[in-house]
Amino acid sequence: MEKIFQKLSLTSATLVFVLLIGIFLTLYSAAKPAIDEFGFDFITNPDWNKEVVLENLDDEAIIDEDDVAIADEDDAEIADEDDVILDEDEMLLDDEDETATKTIYGGLVPIVGTLLTTLIALAFALPIAMGIAVFLAEIAPKNISYVVGIAIELLAAIPSIIFGMWGLYYFAPIISDLFGGYQVSLLTAGLVLGVMILPFMAAITRDSMNTTPAVLKESAYALGATKFEVIKDIIFPYSKVGIIGSIILALGRALGETMAVAFLIGSVFVLPQKITDPTISIPVAMANNFGEASGLGESALFYLALILFIISFAVISLAKFYFLKKAK
Amino acid sequence: MRLLVNKIFLALSILSALIGLAFLGWILATLFLKGLSSFHFSLFLDDLVDGGLRNLIVGQMILAGIASLIGIPLGMTAGIYIQEYGQGRYASLIRDLSDIMMSAPSIVIGAFVYALIVVPTGGTSGWAGAVALAIMMIPVVINTTDSMLSLVPRELREAGIALGASKYKVIIDIVIKAAKVGIMTGILLAFARIIGETAPLLFTSETSNYFSLNLSESFPSLTVSIYDLANEPEESSRDLAWAASFILTVMVLIINLTGRFITRNKK
Amino acid sequence: MSVMKIKKFSFTYAGVDHPSLKSITLPIEKNKITALIGPSGCGKSTLLRSMNRIHDLYPGNKYDGKIELLNEETGKFENILEIKKENEFIKLRQKVGMIFQKPTPFPMSIFDNVAYGLRIAGIKNKTELKDRVETALKGSALWKEVHDRLDKSAMGLSGGQQQRLCIARAVAVKPEVLLFDEPTSALDPISTGAIEELIVELKNDVSIAIVTHNMQQASRISDYTAFMYLGDLIEYDKTENIFLNPKEKQTEDYITGRFG
Ligand SMILES: Nc1ncnc2c1ncn2[C@@H]1O[C@H](COP(=O)(O)OP(=O)(O)O)[C@@H](O)[C@H]1O
Ligand SMILES: [Mg+2]
Repeated sequence: MEKIFQKLSLTSATLVFVLLIGIFLTLYSAAKPAIDEFGFDFITNPDWNKEVVLENLDDEAIIDEDDVAIADEDDAEIADEDDVILDEDEMLLDDEDETATKTIYGGLVPIVGTLLTTLIALAFALPIAMGIAVFLAEIAPKNISYVVGIAIELLAAIPSIIFGMWGLYYFAPIISDLFGGYQVSLLTAGLVLGVMILPFMAAITRDSMNTTPAVLKESAYALGATKFEVIKDIIFPYSKVGIIGSIILALGRALGETMAVAFLIGSVFVLPQKITDPTISIPVAMANNFGEASGLGESALFYLALILFIISFAVISLAKFYFLKKAK
Repeated sequence: MRLLVNKIFLALSILSALIGLAFLGWILATLFLKGLSSFHFSLFLDDLVDGGLRNLIVGQMILAGIASLIGIPLGMTAGIYIQEYGQGRYASLIRDLSDIMMSAPSIVIGAFVYALIVVPTGGTSGWAGAVALAIMMIPVVINTTDSMLSLVPRELREAGIALGASKYKVIIDIVIKAAKVGIMTGILLAFARIIGETAPLLFTSETSNYFSLNLSESFPSLTVSIYDLANEPEESSRDLAWAASFILTVMVLIINLTGRFITRNKK
Repeated sequence: MSVMKIKKFSFTYAGVDHPSLKSITLPIEKNKITALIGPSGCGKSTLLRSMNRIHDLYPGNKYDGKIELLNEETGKFENILEIKKENEFIKLRQKVGMIFQKPTPFPMSIFDNVAYGLRIAGIKNKTELKDRVETALKGSALWKEVHDRLDKSAMGLSGGQQQRLCIARAVAVKPEVLLFDEPTSALDPISTGAIEELIVELKNDVSIAIVTHNMQQASRISDYTAFMYLGDLIEYDKTENIFLNPKEKQTEDYITGRFG
C-alpha cells in the first residue's frame, strides 16, 4: 500500500514534466509544416494570409499578395538582398501565369502587436501599481490597507473577458475621443491590458515590499529619515529583486493575455503605423482564427503559439528563478 | 525641502492608488449596472436559444467540475510527492516546472488540447474543454498543496512515524488533515480561476446554444458565449453578454470570498 | 545632571486594554549609562521606544505623562510627547538615536550606511562626509577592519561588525542620547565584549540608555540601573546599589536569579 501510494504520487508529479514537454512537442509538430515552409523568416515577415487582411485593409495588402517563396525551402542562408530580388522575379512569374499561388504566412505583425500592447500596458500600469503598492505597504493605516488590499486581490480575480468588454464599450470611446484614431487600436488594447494587470502587479509588488523587516525601517526613521527617504533608500533597495520579479511576472501575464486584448486590438494583420492604429497580437490571432484555419494557416497559428510559449517560458523563468528566488 | 519632497511623493502615491481604484470601481460599476439591468430570473430557466443562460451556466459548471475531478487528485498527489517523497533535484525540478506552467498563456494550453484531442477526435467537445481547464488547474493545486504541506511542522510527522504508522498513513491521516484548510482554500481559488477562463475553451469545447450533457460534442460554455454575444451587433445580445458577465463575476467572487472566509475563520 | 526626564509615563498599545507601562518616573543622566533590566515582557523595549517616539510609526497607541529632553541650546527641558510636526520628529530622532537587537545594515555600501544619516540631514560636501564617516567608524572601532572596503555592501560584514556599523551610523549624526535595545543578544561573546567596550567609550560624548537581559552586562557597564516588572518601575538606583544591596525584595530575587 505504501509502495502504491508512493508510485502514484511520483506518477502525478512526472505528469507535470510530461505535460510541459508534451505541450512543447505537440506545438512543435503541429507547427512543423509552417516552420519547414517559412523558417525563421516567419518572425520578420509582415504578411499573413490575405483574406484576413482584406477585410479592413486594401491596396497595400494586394500588392503584397502572394509574394511567395520568401525562404522557400531553406534558402534562409541567402542574404536579404538576394531574397528581395528573388521575390520580385517570382512575383512576376506568378502574375503572368496565374498558376497555383501559395498563401504565405508571416508572424511579424502579431509578434510586434504582442510586444507593443505589453509595452503600453506596462508603461501605464507600472507607475500606478507602484503607487498602489507603496500606499498599501507604507502609507495607509492597517485597516484601510487590509480592505483595499482585499479589494485589489478580488479585482485580480475578475475574469479578463470582463475587462475586455468594459474596455470596448466604455473605455475605448473615451480614449479615441482624446487621442483620435479608432476605438480599436494598439493604444486602447494596451491600456485595457494595463488596467487588467494593475491589481495583480500592485498586489505582488506590495507583497515584495512587505518583506522589508520592520526594524530596518525603524532604524532609518531613528536616524531622522522621512517616509519618502525610507521608501526610496531602504524599502526599494531591500526588495528590489522581488519587485523586479513581480513586474516581470505581470509582464508575462500581459504577454499571454487573450480576452482583455481580443475585444480591442482590431484583429487585423497590419503593422501599425501609429499607436492609434488597429493591429493584432499572437493570442488574439489564435483566438479569432483557429476555428477557420486549416492546413498551412493552422500550422502557422501553431508556429505563433510556439513562439508565444517560448517567450513566456523565458520571461516567467527569468522572473521566478532569477528574481523571485533571489528575493527569498 | 525634504519635507516637501516627502509630501509630494506621498500625495502622488495616494493619487495613483485613487486612480487605480477609480478604474477598478468604474469596471465594477459598469458590470453591476449593465448586468443588473439586463438580469432576469428567467435567465436561469431558459437556454441560450430562447434568450436565456441556463445551458451556459450549467455547462460552464460541468466543465470546471470535471476539470476539478481530473485536476485536484493529480495536483494533490503531485504536490504530496514534491513535499513528502521527492528528494532533491527531481522534486524541485517538478516544482519549478509546475510554477512555470501556472503562468503559461491559457490560449497556448487551448492550442495544445486542440492538437491533442480536438484534431484526433474530429471536433470540439466538452471533454477537450474540461481537459484544457484541468491542465490550467493542476499547477495551481500542486503549488497550494506543496506550500501548505510545507507549513506542517516536522515534529507532527515524526510523532506519527514514532507511533509506528507507515508514511502514507501519516501523510493521509495527519499531514493532510493539518493542512486541510489551506489546501481547500487553494483549491477554491483555483476553481474560481478556471471557471472564468475563456481562452482555453474557445476551440476546445467551443460553445452551444442548447442544453447538453453530452461531453463528446461541442459543449455550452458561459465564457465563450459571452465573447460571441458581446461581438454581435444587436443590443439585446450585448445585454445578455453583460448579464452573463455579471453572473460569472458574482460566481467567481463568491467562490473567492468563501475561500478567504474559510482561512480567516481558522485563524 | 539629567538629559532626559521621564515623568509619570504610561503607555498602552493599540487594541490592548491594559497598559504596558504604568506611571514610570525615571531620569536619564548625562554622559552616563542607564541600564533597564527586568524579565521579558516587562516593558523595557516599550519604554525605550517611547524615548524617540518610534512607536508613532504605528497608529493607535495611547500614552500619558511626560518625557522631557534637555534642549542643549536653551538649557530647558522640552516634552517630546507634544511633538506633532514631521520636522520636529526628524530633529528628535537626530538627537535621540537608536540601536536595535538585530543589526540593521541598510542595503547599501558600508560608507553609504554611515553617511546615510548625514546625507539626509543635508550634508553634501564630499570631504566633510568622508571625514565624519571616518571619525564615526574609528569611534566604533571598525575603521581598521573596513577602511579598504568602504564601497562593499554592508551585508558582507559579520554580525558583530554589522552591529558596530549601526552604532557608527547612529554616532555619525552626533546624537545627544543613544538608545540600545539588547544590542548584543544576537551576538557571540567576543563581539559582545567589543560592543560593551565601545558603549563605555561612547558615554564621553553621549548619554546612553540600554536595555539588557544580561545582568552581568548591566553590572559591568552601567552607572545606573532601573529594574522593571510587569510595566512598573520597581527600583532605580546607582548600579552598585541595585546589585549589592537592593531595597526591594523583587529586585533582589531577580538579580540573584531566584525569580518567579
Ligand atoms: N506592538 C505591540 N502591540 C501590543 N502589545 C505589545 C506590543 N509590543 C509589546 N507588547 C506588549 O507590551 C508588553 C511589554 O513588551 P516589551 O516592551 O517588548 O517588553 P520587554 O522589552 O521588556 O521584553 C508585553 O506584555 C508585550 O506583550
Ligand atoms: Mg524587548
